[in-house]
Amino acid sequence: MTTLTHEVPGAAADPDDGGPTGQGLVPYLVVRFLLIVPTVLVLVSLVFFLMRLTGDPITAAFGGRLTPDQLHAKLHQAGYDRPLLTQYLDYLRGLATGDFGRTVTDNQPVTHVLGTYGAATAELACYALLVALLVGVPLGMVAAAHRDRAPDAGLRLFAILTYATPVFFVGLLLKLVFAIRLGWLPSSGRASTDVQLFLQDQSSTTGVYLIDALRSGDGTAVGDVLRHAVLPGVALGLLVAGVLLRLVRTNLIGTLSADYVEAARSRGVAPLRLVTHHAARPALIPVVTVLGLQVAGLLGGAVLTETTFEWKGLGYQLAHYLTVRDFPAVQGIVALFAVVVAVTNFLVDVVAALIDPRVRY
Amino acid sequence: MALVLVRRLPLRLRTGAGVQRALLLTGAALTALFVLTAALGPLLAPHGYAQLQHGHGLFGSQQHPGAAHPLGTTIAGYDVLSRTVWGARTALLIILAALLLSVVPGTVLGLASGYLGGRLDRLLVGLADALYAFPPLLLAIVMSLVISGGRSSPVGGLGAAACSVAVSFVPQYFRVVRAEVIRVKAEPFVDAARVIGAGPWRIMTRHVLRNSVRTLPLIFTINASEAILTLAGLGFLGFGIEPNSAAEWGYDLNRSVADVTSGIWWTAVPPGLGIVLTVLGTTLLGESLTDLADPRLRRRTGAPAPATEKTEKGGDDD
Amino acid sequence: MTDLLRIEDLHVGFATDAGPAPAVSGVSLSVAPGEVLALVGESGSGKTVTARSVLGLLPGTATARGRVLLGDGTAEPGEDVLTASPARLRALRGTHAALVFQEPSTALNPVFTIGWQLTEGLRAHGRGGSGAERRALAVEWLEKVGIPDPATRVDHYPHQLSGGQKQRAVIAMALALGTRLLVADEPTTALDVTVQAEILDLLHRCRTDFGTAVLLITHNMGVVADLADRVAVMRAGTVVEQAPVHRLFAAPQHPYTRELLAAVPQYGSGGRTPPVPAPGRPVDAPVVRARGLTVDYPGRLRGKGFRAVDGVSFEIGPGEVLGLVGESGSGKTTIGRAVAGLTRVTGGRLEVFGEPPAHGSRAAGRSGRKAAGRIGYVFQDPATSFDPLLTIGVSIAEPLVVHRRELSARDVRARTAELLDAVHLPRSYADRYPHELSGGQRQRAGLARALALRPELLVADEPTSALDVSVQAKVLDLFTSLQRELGFAALFVSHDLAVVEQVADRVVVLHRGRIAEEGPTGQVLGSPSDPYTRRLVAALPVPDPARQARRRPRPVAEEVAGA
Repeated sequence: MTTLTHEVPGAAADPDDGGPTGQGLVPYLVVRFLLIVPTVLVLVSLVFFLMRLTGDPITAAFGGRLTPDQLHAKLHQAGYDRPLLTQYLDYLRGLATGDFGRTVTDNQPVTHVLGTYGAATAELACYALLVALLVGVPLGMVAAAHRDRAPDAGLRLFAILTYATPVFFVGLLLKLVFAIRLGWLPSSGRASTDVQLFLQDQSSTTGVYLIDALRSGDGTAVGDVLRHAVLPGVALGLLVAGVLLRLVRTNLIGTLSADYVEAARSRGVAPLRLVTHHAARPALIPVVTVLGLQVAGLLGGAVLTETTFEWKGLGYQLAHYLTVRDFPAVQGIVALFAVVVAVTNFLVDVVAALIDPRVRY
Repeated sequence: MALVLVRRLPLRLRTGAGVQRALLLTGAALTALFVLTAALGPLLAPHGYAQLQHGHGLFGSQQHPGAAHPLGTTIAGYDVLSRTVWGARTALLIILAALLLSVVPGTVLGLASGYLGGRLDRLLVGLADALYAFPPLLLAIVMSLVISGGRSSPVGGLGAAACSVAVSFVPQYFRVVRAEVIRVKAEPFVDAARVIGAGPWRIMTRHVLRNSVRTLPLIFTINASEAILTLAGLGFLGFGIEPNSAAEWGYDLNRSVADVTSGIWWTAVPPGLGIVLTVLGTTLLGESLTDLADPRLRRRTGAPAPATEKTEKGGDDD
Repeated sequence: MTDLLRIEDLHVGFATDAGPAPAVSGVSLSVAPGEVLALVGESGSGKTVTARSVLGLLPGTATARGRVLLGDGTAEPGEDVLTASPARLRALRGTHAALVFQEPSTALNPVFTIGWQLTEGLRAHGRGGSGAERRALAVEWLEKVGIPDPATRVDHYPHQLSGGQKQRAVIAMALALGTRLLVADEPTTALDVTVQAEILDLLHRCRTDFGTAVLLITHNMGVVADLADRVAVMRAGTVVEQAPVHRLFAAPQHPYTRELLAAVPQYGSGGRTPPVPAPGRPVDAPVVRARGLTVDYPGRLRGKGFRAVDGVSFEIGPGEVLGLVGESGSGKTTIGRAVAGLTRVTGGRLEVFGEPPAHGSRAAGRSGRKAAGRIGYVFQDPATSFDPLLTIGVSIAEPLVVHRRELSARDVRARTAELLDAVHLPRSYADRYPHELSGGQRQRAGLARALALRPELLVADEPTSALDVSVQAKVLDLFTSLQRELGFAALFVSHDLAVVEQVADRVVVLHRGRIAEEGPTGQVLGSPSDPYTRRLVAALPVPDPARQARRRPRPVAEEVAGA
């Protein structure tokens, strides 16, 4: 779920965790990079211990279906009868070397699951971000320029609606209208079966269907992949678009009333240029920063979107492994999400620092 | 605090600009509708949430909307209208429980962390930042696994859902309260109390706390929306509440995914609209209250361009 | 030549929650080429609104009527800003009149270079030809306003410039379009007094070198005396008096003008006489004794810290008022806070009543907090130094509640009423909330709270800098009379030499955390020996045009040829 809370007074970044001002860019980035480690560590450890509160993964997955002896043998084989701390350190050591453990139900390396389905989720996230940027940024500018007038009120309602409608309900409605009633677009999946087989037959695949289709040079495959991408991309994209719209609006209104914009106005700079040049660039810095936090929301939304559209990515798999209670798999996917979130937040801070000359010099 | 806002509402209604007034009224009306539906659910719903038959025979599966079932029946044979109405009650209960479970620890930790600073502060901030950056839905999923072991028990289902939602909100309240405390702590009036020689307990409770939690009612309404959405997401993934222990909109939507593919709309749209209207109501209400409390975001109804004069009025001394 | 600006019967009102509020009612003014007209008034007088209307920069809630005519000095001013089309208004902005802002750090866009921002105006008006030509023009203007190394500075971002340089850059931007009229809205208020002197020199040069007229909006009578040819005094939206500067200061006509001039602290009036220690009484131990006092603020991420106070030694005797003066960053406020125990001392010795001050209330035990009862503190901004949720009465009584637990509720009420009497506030104000009081009233209440326990030491941190001059005069009078009556020692922190001269027995002049000069007020401010103190004293504009002209002789302007 995405949050709107960043607009609540006081919810913004607190004063002393803040800006890199006053020191060089490089030390700031190094420190910021090192901060990824504790963030990931906290999340991974938290998830590990929380999951173990409920018992061991073998019992969770097979409890009731195996005899106690069989269960015990399996436990011993997987090392789940060792002290918890040993298991934890073992798990961490594995993570550090890229070993996420093995799934319990279908006994494959978790890294294999991540590799197979990660590309699909990344592809969906990219479509969604594209939709969000194309919809959110221009509409946010329009809303700020027409502040407190009809277009602004309408856009505000639009933004609230995109937030209030759960992404899976948006998905279901889109499916109902565009796939079932109108029949314009496919209702689920990442590609038609034949296209999917065709893409998997290519010599080298990235797992990102659009790239694979483009590389194969097959126009129908590209078209098919794109047609499948529209509805999930829009459903997930709208979720972030609403947040982005409001973010752009709020920050732009702030900079539009700043003294320096007034100063530019007092020198005869035209209104459009005031928005696009003088106000937009300073407003971009907080927008980029907060957008980083939306990655978390995007991933959460991806889980729901993938389930709605049977988009076989990490989210879809997560839901599957949750229903069969395969904890190592769940843990692995959640850990990967934690890494992705921490790394994107780092990258976002790098971008924000690069935009802001107060950091660069 | 909430009272202050409530007292200012009528003023807002009289003087607010047209659009804002409309938004506030819509939000209040939708929220009232939601609360009333939840309270009067048993009277409004034609059937029970787990009812499959009425006297003589079963309702039947996937019945079209009609006289017997205004909104049709689900694949499992429940009455859609009844489940949608009962869903409001579940949503309200869980919101209230989740908010109570998160606001108290969040506020206490935020206050202590922000005021005392030091190592405790750094530790808690590190924890909260890590959790805050994490999808609330995933956190809620993990929590629901922990609490119910992944199996929804009829009794614990509601509690587990509430706790799962609450856990993802604690870092939010923590961050908001801590940020406010740090802001308030730097205000000269807190320095004034320190110079006087007031003890830390007195300063914390009398000066800092009261000035730090003024925005909480607003966050409350906004988090209520988020609680509904998280709960619905949990339900949609099959981690909510079994249909025979309560009616839950997210769960019903999960069941309707297959229906939609075969063109059946009536099992998906009513619970979906229930979520949308409820979230819309609380969000609009919360935002109107935020506008009310934050003069920076107001313009046409704002003070007479005080920014153009250097200091506030002072020329009328004596 | 004819007027550049003529304002005729201007009325401006604002729509508010409580209905329309007039800000300017019936103002008429004119500015001739090369003239400096000062628009003087206290806050709320409508001077800023009047200035903004010259460029058509009123906010959306404002409604204006009357005429604001701009011209280029060759013909009668004929274009009415209030009725001009948006396109025409943009053409007029920057070319016929340009604005200089109060706060240069907010008037410059932080993410664009100085050069880019300077050429933005040229671009908007299609001037300056190619990008390279515009850049050359930018460098030229930066040089003209006295920014060193302009060819490098043109590519710098605002945060790389000092405050004074930023204001120079803002002025360069205003001048670059060849405007004949600068509208300068409190152009030196945010600056330190030595920087203010430089900017005033630059504004003076705008007239002599570039032939630019200046509409100067200010509340500072010293600035008026320094720069203005004519003065218009505003009060509550109307101009109460207009006169040439010498006549206005020598023979003010309107009672308000007289009141305003009387309220301005007269620098060089000699200061007060130090109290003579009563004969026979042994010389008491000093109330405050600092020896090599040092305060460092730690840097972040183990970065280099900042030394705010660097080896300062001074003493405050019982009943003595010590003035602590300095510019921003001199460490004066930090010393005040250290004395009150609000800031940790990191080096040297600081003794208050013979003991190290309690560091805050957290680290200090009960005994440390007890000592707090002997110190009163008056804060700079009365608007934020009261808890907004408590009534004035409760806030004033808080020291009593904390330290004098034996007092009954009725005793506390009685004492609160006494305190309100002492600071000349009505007793009924005890039930009011801080926002229901004016700035001056709040500062009186602040004084009452500081005096609640009859402290032996009062720390006053810029207690009048947020107040209008007429209010300041009353608060200072109150301070002086209470000090004489109650005999407390005081550390009076201020950036304003004239204020310190009026209240302090002795003065410590701080410069970048170190003491520049110390001594009896009359001696230090009257005949300073330290070069920095001399610069500080010389930079202070005195509110008397004749005297100011003698103090700061400026080269006589050679008539600008062809301007």
